[in-house]
Amino acid sequence: MKSGKFWAWVVFALSAAYFFIPLLATFEFSLRLRRGVHSFDAYQIVLGDPRFQATFMYSVIAAIFTIILGVLVVVPAAYWIRLRLPQLRPIVEFITLLPLVIPAIVIVFGYIRMYGSNSPLPFLASDLGASSLLVIGYATLSLPYMYRAVDTGLRTIDVRTLTEAAQILGAGWSTIITKVILPNVLIAVLSGAFLTFAIVIGEFTMASLLNRPAFGPYLQNIGANRAYEPAALAIIAFAITWGCMSLIQILSRFAPKSANRPN
Amino acid sequence: MTDLSLSNRTIATKPAPPNAATAFRFPTQWIGVAPFFIFTIMFLILPTLYLVVGAFQDGDGHLTLDNLLQLVSDPSISNAYWVSIKISFWSAIIGAFAGLALAIAIVRGGLPNWIRSATLTFSGVASNFAGLPLAFAFIATLGRVGIVTALLRDVFNLNIYAMGFNFLTTAGLIVVYLFFQIPLMVVIIVPAIDGLKKEWGEAAATLGATQAQYWRMVVIPVLWPSFLGTVILLFANSFGAIATAYAFAGPALNIVPIKLYSQINGDVLHNPQLGYAIAFGMIVITGLANVFYIWFRTRSERWLK
Amino acid sequence: MVEPFLSIQHVRKSYGTNTVVQDFSLDVEPGEFVSFLGPSGCGKTTVLRMVAGFEEPSAGKIVVAGKDITRLKPNQRNVGMVFQAYALFPNLTVAQNIAFGLKVGGMNKPDADRRVAEMLEIIKLPQMAERYPYQLSGGQQQRIALARAIAPKPKLLLLDEPLSALDAKVRVSLREEIRSIQKKLDITTIFVTHDQEEALSISDRIAVMYGGKAEQVGTPFEIYNRPATKFVANFVGTLNVLEGTVTDAAAGTVRVNSEQVSLKGKLNGSKSGDTLTLALRPEAISLGRQPGRDSSLSGEISEVHFLGSVIRVRVGIGGNTVSLDTFNSPATPPPAVGEKAEISFSSDDMLVLH
Repeated sequence: MKSGKFWAWVVFALSAAYFFIPLLATFEFSLRLRRGVHSFDAYQIVLGDPRFQATFMYSVIAAIFTIILGVLVVVPAAYWIRLRLPQLRPIVEFITLLPLVIPAIVIVFGYIRMYGSNSPLPFLASDLGASSLLVIGYATLSLPYMYRAVDTGLRTIDVRTLTEAAQILGAGWSTIITKVILPNVLIAVLSGAFLTFAIVIGEFTMASLLNRPAFGPYLQNIGANRAYEPAALAIIAFAITWGCMSLIQILSRFAPKSANRPN
Repeated sequence: MTDLSLSNRTIATKPAPPNAATAFRFPTQWIGVAPFFIFTIMFLILPTLYLVVGAFQDGDGHLTLDNLLQLVSDPSISNAYWVSIKISFWSAIIGAFAGLALAIAIVRGGLPNWIRSATLTFSGVASNFAGLPLAFAFIATLGRVGIVTALLRDVFNLNIYAMGFNFLTTAGLIVVYLFFQIPLMVVIIVPAIDGLKKEWGEAAATLGATQAQYWRMVVIPVLWPSFLGTVILLFANSFGAIATAYAFAGPALNIVPIKLYSQINGDVLHNPQLGYAIAFGMIVITGLANVFYIWFRTRSERWLK
Repeated sequence: MVEPFLSIQHVRKSYGTNTVVQDFSLDVEPGEFVSFLGPSGCGKTTVLRMVAGFEEPSAGKIVVAGKDITRLKPNQRNVGMVFQAYALFPNLTVAQNIAFGLKVGGMNKPDADRRVAEMLEIIKLPQMAERYPYQLSGGQQQRIALARAIAPKPKLLLLDEPLSALDAKVRVSLREEIRSIQKKLDITTIFVTHDQEEALSISDRIAVMYGGKAEQVGTPFEIYNRPATKFVANFVGTLNVLEGTVTDAAAGTVRVNSEQVSLKGKLNGSKSGDTLTLALRPEAISLGRQPGRDSSLSGEISEVHFLGSVIRVRVGIGGNTVSLDTFNSPATPPPAVGEKAEISFSSDDMLVLH
């Protein structure tokens, strides 16, 4: 028992060192732009850079559209499967796991070849089309997380009983979806949304290959040309990721607790 | 929190209730899942199939194996695969065991409770902290002018670059990838460890088992499927990762995703057929890893529901 | 007196300032079936876990067959334990679960196989050997858990609320089965439960526990009919409580709602004018005057519940309500609410609670 606790502390301390030293070092490094003193100059330069503002806004908007698209694709499917087509669950779960197996670069390569300017569906012929394709790609990447979050949310509220109860009380489909199901899975949907946001905001591969003015390619450009600004950007990115995860944790406290059915 | 687990429970399905009406009301029954299937077929399955088919065709659409043979015959490509597999394999294995050790330490090690929740929160963040910012952080830390590099040189008189350290080596990339691999393991395996019932250990003890026997006969077999599934996930996770490595050296680094990136961008030589083959090879490798996992699990884990 | 097989001597357990078990002592004879009965938090499970070795007593000692095992590790004690949540190893088949203790004990495979088959026979599930726990019902899992616990021939069998997770029907049949297996194997057993009916029906002796102490230790008959304390009387069985005032301590007469009852020899030194708490079991009371019942009280019927074979009647007597059961007889109509009624009982059956 005693030695177990000792080793637990050792493992924890080593892990903490591995994870915190780079973060602290990065932070320290980001303060060194002005010679000889610590300053937030690197942050000022980065945040004041119009390209930073433009690309960051672009990625935020792309993330918001990604979340909307993800919700539209995932929520009806997850709900319908819980309600009517449980036999499809293995297939749908398999599909939602595919983006974890097929690398993003492969997916976007497929898009470029399939939806190029000369194809029947020429997404890449226009800027708007290319941006749409980026949002679609992001929605694909976030599919595993979104589906899982929503499905877990639906599981805890027992949709079948809720739907039947609403039907008995005379509710129509639109009422059921907007007044019964969505409010109850809102927390789950938001959790999935923030996770999606964290994944999408600095994404490089797809944005770069689709040639979009997104935050990821901007980061790459700064990283290749500057010394201290990248460190400041790394800290900012870490803070954004942390913010998203904290929001998910806070939200989970408001999530409906598992009702009558344990599974 | 990354609430995905490739573990056993998620696949559990309930038998469908007998529903005679299903066959007759086909169209309305499918309406709810139609957007999902249309979306995934158009933007996940067809694009992938397009590449797979393309890998077996030449420029004029004739069936050929030349593209795939080139993966093996071109030493720079086969070498890229080899390096990628090595990096992914070792970062998955090391990340998995380190993550497991950390998970066991915070769940079963008798550490204060706040350590457990702080570690879990941090792991949720760090497992999603990848790509370019991660590379920037490590450059600021262990780069040629990084803080820790300077510290080691000035205080301990250790010049790690003279000793052969470099982010562009297999070991260098593994060190960096562990920053998201370990936390991902923690996030997925902690619920599995929590699922180990205290009574199992007590039952084993009353039956005369030592702690070691209990671990060998119960704990390890029970955790094994989740663990193995996560190892596969970690493997795929680093096999497809590109941004971090790209930030270190741009297109110069010879790993598969960067090779493919260059092909697509036309940096090297524009040959889509070869690109298809490289992409196909990537799918085959991550796919094989999963097939191995599924095969292994169905063979040895009959006790899973 | 037989030498006690298990002897729990002045055992205490505290966590910081919180004492969960205070000075608990009990001797158990070989082959005896003893239940620890009490509400949750009474310390019964803690005592059991100290016997199993999962908790170390703060003071006192535990002796099994003359050997002090107080500081022994659980895996060196040779006790079998069954848990409320079955705790079968999910990765092992039924046969492998039962063989677990034999395997870690170093028994060779043929012997272990024979023993497993024997165990499956005893619990009447011989066809389940190759199943996995998730394929079994709760009752089946608990029987496997029992077989696993007794397979290595433990000196002691500890059952920690083994029936609480099961449905009512299975619970009754399994408790009978546990008792018969226990008798057949003659294994000394401690059974923890909060269900008084369970404890009464299968135990040789019961220790009723409350607040970390044994309130009373005795046979089910003694516990039920002669509860030593108010807590035991209330916790075990249904009880009608009446207030009485001693009118004549020497003659032993007590006034209950303006009527006199003679409780000679039961007053235990109470003085005239003292208020007493009296109790009667529902089955000790009859409706109307009956031969052989020396005492009676009159009141008014306030509730009638038809339960099938019996009819439960509540009678208001002054400020108190008394429940009693009468057998249903198709020929006589049940009593009606509002009727005047007289109840009779034998003053021997009246308990004076201290």
